[in-house]
Amino acid sequence: MLEKFYYDNKIIKQFGIATIFWGIIGMLVGIWIAFQLAFPQLNFGIPYITFGRLRPIHTNAVIFAFVGNAVFGGAYFILQRVLKTRLFSDLLSKIHFWGWQLIIVFGALTLAMGYTSGKEYAELEWPLDILITLIWVVFGVNMFGTILKRRERHLYVSIWFFIGTWVTVAMLHIVNSFELPFSWIKSYSLYAGVQDALVQWWYGHNAVAFFLTTPFLGLMYYFVPKAANRPIYSYRWSIIHFWALIFIYIWAGPHHLLYTALPGWAQALGTVFSIMLILPSWGGMLNGLFTIRGAWDRVREDPVLKMLVVSLTCYGMATVEGPMMSLKNINAYSHYTDWTIAHVHIGALGFNGFMIFAMLYYLVPRMWNTTLHSLKLANMHFLIGTIGILLYAIPMYWAGFAQTLMWKQFTETGQLQYQFLETVTHIIPMYIARGVGGLLYWTGAFMAAYNLSKTMKKGSFQDNEAAEALPLSDQPMPAGKLHWHTAIERRPVQLLILSLVVVAIGGLVELVPTFLIESNVPTIESVKPYTPLELQGRDIYVREGCYNCHSQMIRPFRDEEVRYGEYSKSGEFVYDHPFQWGSKRTGPDLQRIGGKYPDAWHFNHMRDPQETSPGSIMPPYPWLYKDDLYVLNTPAKIRAMQKLGVPYPEGFDAEAVDNLHMQAIKIANNLKENKIDISPDKEIIAVIAYLQRMGTDIKK
Amino acid sequence: MKFSNYLQSIDHVSIYPLISLVLFLSVFIGVVIYMFKMEKELLDEKSNIPLK
Repeated sequence: MLEKFYYDNKIIKQFGIATIFWGIIGMLVGIWIAFQLAFPQLNFGIPYITFGRLRPIHTNAVIFAFVGNAVFGGAYFILQRVLKTRLFSDLLSKIHFWGWQLIIVFGALTLAMGYTSGKEYAELEWPLDILITLIWVVFGVNMFGTILKRRERHLYVSIWFFIGTWVTVAMLHIVNSFELPFSWIKSYSLYAGVQDALVQWWYGHNAVAFFLTTPFLGLMYYFVPKAANRPIYSYRWSIIHFWALIFIYIWAGPHHLLYTALPGWAQALGTVFSIMLILPSWGGMLNGLFTIRGAWDRVREDPVLKMLVVSLTCYGMATVEGPMMSLKNINAYSHYTDWTIAHVHIGALGFNGFMIFAMLYYLVPRMWNTTLHSLKLANMHFLIGTIGILLYAIPMYWAGFAQTLMWKQFTETGQLQYQFLETVTHIIPMYIARGVGGLLYWTGAFMAAYNLSKTMKKGSFQDNEAAEALPLSDQPMPAGKLHWHTAIERRPVQLLILSLVVVAIGGLVELVPTFLIESNVPTIESVKPYTPLELQGRDIYVREGCYNCHSQMIRPFRDEEVRYGEYSKSGEFVYDHPFQWGSKRTGPDLQRIGGKYPDAWHFNHMRDPQETSPGSIMPPYPWLYKDDLYVLNTPAKIRAMQKLGVPYPEGFDAEAVDNLHMQAIKIANNLKENKIDISPDKEIIAVIAYLQRMGTDIKK
Repeated sequence: MKFSNYLQSIDHVSIYPLISLVLFLSVFIGVVIYMFKMEKELLDEKSNIPLK
């Protein structure tokens, strides 16, 4: 007896519209910050739109809002179709959708206000971290409920990728978000220094793997066969692809920390597994591309297929480039430069962006029972988007190579040839070209929004789409012998547990020893906790997102030691909750900035960077000179640090504010000697205190 | 309390990474062997799910 049921299309529509909406906004912010790097006047001296706060908004918006909504919409569409059932619960779908939008809005607001955990791509603060966890659970229950009430015996490979995504993101998010709140919105990371760095990049790398890659492979395994109208090239490959990818990816995180103070064995592990990643990644890419064999004639006309081909090609390029960048000898050149920015945008604009637009061009006409408003416009989008990607990436590669070569260039007499500032002003034209590339890509996205909304207007949308299928109990068991994998595939809960075990293994091997073996983080006697004023200054450093442009990690290279000072030791960061090593040097490294310049220099520099450093692209921070430092939370901060193991003496929290004032007055007096009159209560005093402390302990 | 203290309190904690590595290799090899032994009809049936 065939059962009649209805697919829930309304939730797909909502996630789809949210995808376009946030995509347009997130990319627009990206263009804005791109031009800020060329024209620092665009910061306008307004805290909420200064680069350090806007960049996390851009990255979070495109990753979690644009890509996130697309993944949820795509997954919900595919789940229903390949499982032949309606989604488990309409209520959960609704909570999932609106909950996620709430997180996005609050996320953008809090980041603009400077509430950030200071860890890249995990910037949202603890209340939002909890909300994300809850909504993620809602997504999981809804997905598993749907899987359990399915009318299809086998779980299609896309579903495994969605299950793997769900499990791993849950694990990554929870482990990386362990933090100790000291107020209703702010917290300190539970981990410090090297350990915080390792956890963060284990998260950061795998956020790319399991939020930006595995769900997209789930989409690929459905939409490529659909668009090409032929089954996937090799189902065998897809099995290997899945297990190999989730197994290997989870180990590769330390490649973000090569030549840092991270123990050498962990760095080596990251490199080895990164190289191994080429195999499953290329297997998957070729599996997608080979599926289109025999349909290449249609690639010429169909914008969906065109975009899928470019998307998979970009995936292939990014996944061979990534492992290459994990080789220590290449990483020595690529790290901290705009090369990394080029690399991620090949993935983001090409692989993720084009896959999303291909999906939307496929879904909207089908769900609205019509044809695409303008095929020509979609083809133009493809063209302008592709040119946009190239115009974005090529200048950024160029800028990256220029940076690294100039940083490392010595004169014949053994002096550094270039001042850091010269390496910045040299690449400003590249920043402008990159901004134009981004603008082109955004124009394409805008054309898609117009084209799709016209298509929606033209067609008629049905919230519930009728379908029929045999219930599982009436279906005959498949003939032939059952293999264990088939048995797992038919038991989604076991698949969930097995994939959790698989990804947890990599995490344990990497993380446990770093936490355990004392000798991995040698303590340095002279490294002492921050004073209360320095701690407050450090929190302002985090709030303003300084880590978005400045690293605090000097690698053991000749040029870096000459330029910045003695290389960084892991023991120097034991009180850094969170670590602030950074990942790119749009500005110079700051780890040994302490004592390098007088207080007055920092005072003038932060107020108007171009005054002390002509041609600098750093934004000004006028509000630090107007706003009084909020000192009332100092005792709470000290107590939180004590709980995290920072050895402040017992009862120090009670003296902290007095201690803070004394140090502030000293700095203000010092500035007065240089004819600078400023109240010791201003925020800039705390920032100066922190900057002057940085990296000085080992010199004592 | 430092985070590492919680881990140190687990008995013989250093064995876990080793178990993990052995598990990893054995499951991985298992998947590869299984893949080569899979039947063609079953694979065709599965790969046609989206097109049904």
